[in-house]
Amino acid sequence: MSAVLNAIFAPGFFTSGPVRAAVVVGAVVALVTGAVGVFTVIRSQAFAGHALGEVGSAGGSLAFLGGTNPLWGYMGVAVIAAGLMEVLGVHRPRARDVATGLVLGAGLGFAALFLYLDTTSSTSTGVTVTILFGSLFTISQSMLPNIVVLSAIALLVIASCYRMLLLSSLSPELAAVRGVPVRAVAIAYLVIMAVAVSLAAETIGTILATALLVGPPATALRLTRRPGGAMVIAGLIGVAAVWIGIVLAYDSFYWPPVDHGWPVSFFVVAMVLVLYLGSGMVAALGRARRERLVPRRPGMGESGCEPHVDADAA
Amino acid sequence: MVNTWIAATMVAVIAGVVGFFVVVRGSAFAAHAIPHGSFGGAAGAVLIGANTILGLGIFAVGGALGIGWLGRRGRHDVATALALVLMLGLGALFLSFSVEYAAAVYSLLFGEVLGVPAYDLLPMAGLGLACILSIAVLYRPLLLTSITPEVAEARGVRPGRIETAFLLVVALASTMTVPVVGVLLMFSLMIGPAATARAFTHSPLRAIALSVAIAIAIVWFGIAIAYVTNYPVGFFVGTLGAVSYGCARGWTAWRRGRAGVPLPQGGGASQRELRAPLSPAAPPGR
Repeated sequence: MSAVLNAIFAPGFFTSGPVRAAVVVGAVVALVTGAVGVFTVIRSQAFAGHALGEVGSAGGSLAFLGGTNPLWGYMGVAVIAAGLMEVLGVHRPRARDVATGLVLGAGLGFAALFLYLDTTSSTSTGVTVTILFGSLFTISQSMLPNIVVLSAIALLVIASCYRMLLLSSLSPELAAVRGVPVRAVAIAYLVIMAVAVSLAAETIGTILATALLVGPPATALRLTRRPGGAMVIAGLIGVAAVWIGIVLAYDSFYWPPVDHGWPVSFFVVAMVLVLYLGSGMVAALGRARRERLVPRRPGMGESGCEPHVDADAA
Repeated sequence: MVNTWIAATMVAVIAGVVGFFVVVRGSAFAAHAIPHGSFGGAAGAVLIGANTILGLGIFAVGGALGIGWLGRRGRHDVATALALVLMLGLGALFLSFSVEYAAAVYSLLFGEVLGVPAYDLLPMAGLGLACILSIAVLYRPLLLTSITPEVAEARGVRPGRIETAFLLVVALASTMTVPVVGVLLMFSLMIGPAATARAFTHSPLRAIALSVAIAIAIVWFGIAIAYVTNYPVGFFVGTLGAVSYGCARGWTAWRRGRAGVPLPQGGGASQRELRAPLSPAAPPGR
């Protein structure tokens, strides 16, 4: 039994401080981005979500320059960027793409400047890599209360305007007729997304922030039609992906080349992608089974089945 | 310095032309993901000691095909995001194995003014020419599928194939431009000028010309300031694009206020836009 445990969890896994912080923070962040991300996917705002994380890195590098806590830098800049996107017209489907792109472009420009100043003002040249790629194993435990409180606030806001958010995401016209303040809900959601993404970007890096915001929710929405259920499933998938990633990254110190850990972001991204592709197959199998149970008329059968066979083969 | 100038001008022309279609088609996310993700390929090339451009190209083309493939089986923006994080995850893996990286990473991401050697110019020109030629060949179906998808389908244009072909053009463009503006700022150069140009004119050809002109102005100006002040060129290129768009929006709002008529705005395509160039008598877009 202990041999099996040792094979899965390399020695020292449960006693290591950075690992414990990574496990807790990774789980909290994965739960929040999973819940928030379901609406990101439903509202087709994956680009905005990714952009907020990247723009946040300008704030992170600015905070590094000013010597303040990077979390506030990430969050402040991400919320400002969300406001700018809103002003430029992220709420209009036709202008959304360009509005997001312009804010992202300008934000990356500022990131270039601040990172340049960071590298010239201090001797730590690795700051570019740290800020842009992040690492779960460098989280300081003192940040834990802030992260938990901000996550709880984000989840509370999402829960309290769940119905309005859902209605205005699925059918803005119907929501407007019912008296839902669609524009205000959209702004509130954008801000919540900015908070969730910048939390994730600061703690686990922009790559994983995007991966967790989009991957698990898209996977969950393939498995269930209910948004509430999808939020829970997405959170659980995210937590599973992060934890498996942490275990593998910790174990990888014992893989060739020896004494060199593989980055945790790589493992988590791989897990997220595998689950997404797997869920596509599960959904296709489910569809095929339903079709067998409900016999179709001969004329419709072929054209109805073809794409599913295709998806199975893929 | 002259090399940089020539290279930057080529980059601006390509970004202006390709960017127009990026803005019209609303594929800004893919246009961000392909150059940004190709960074992973550069990291891999550095690790095994291969040519950086080759690594960039392989990842850019792979990313374009991946986005096209995944996008046909699910939501397009989800597919783009997942392809991007996969490429970046691989990039993080490659980076962690190489030793000397910080400065190289920075210049790959944000570009370097004096970083273009003479022997890079010829391959750049070749790739750029390939880009322009493929855009010329794809011009009509590209516009047709982005502005009136129904008409395109009725004429037998396959939207999926056109989309993949366009993503491949973006991949080509991003491969050639990396040495000058870096993987991140190539994106701003595609979006800012094109969105600005579209705020001024409805005609596609005029918009392309204007977008190229603005892109050239931004790049020249950005490099000149970067050369004088020693600040990163990426900062000037990234912010000038947004500034030019802001000016365009201000100008159109001012003109609308004076004339009292609705004017075009940067953003997605409008139906009205294509009525002139694509009359019903136009040949099928194949």
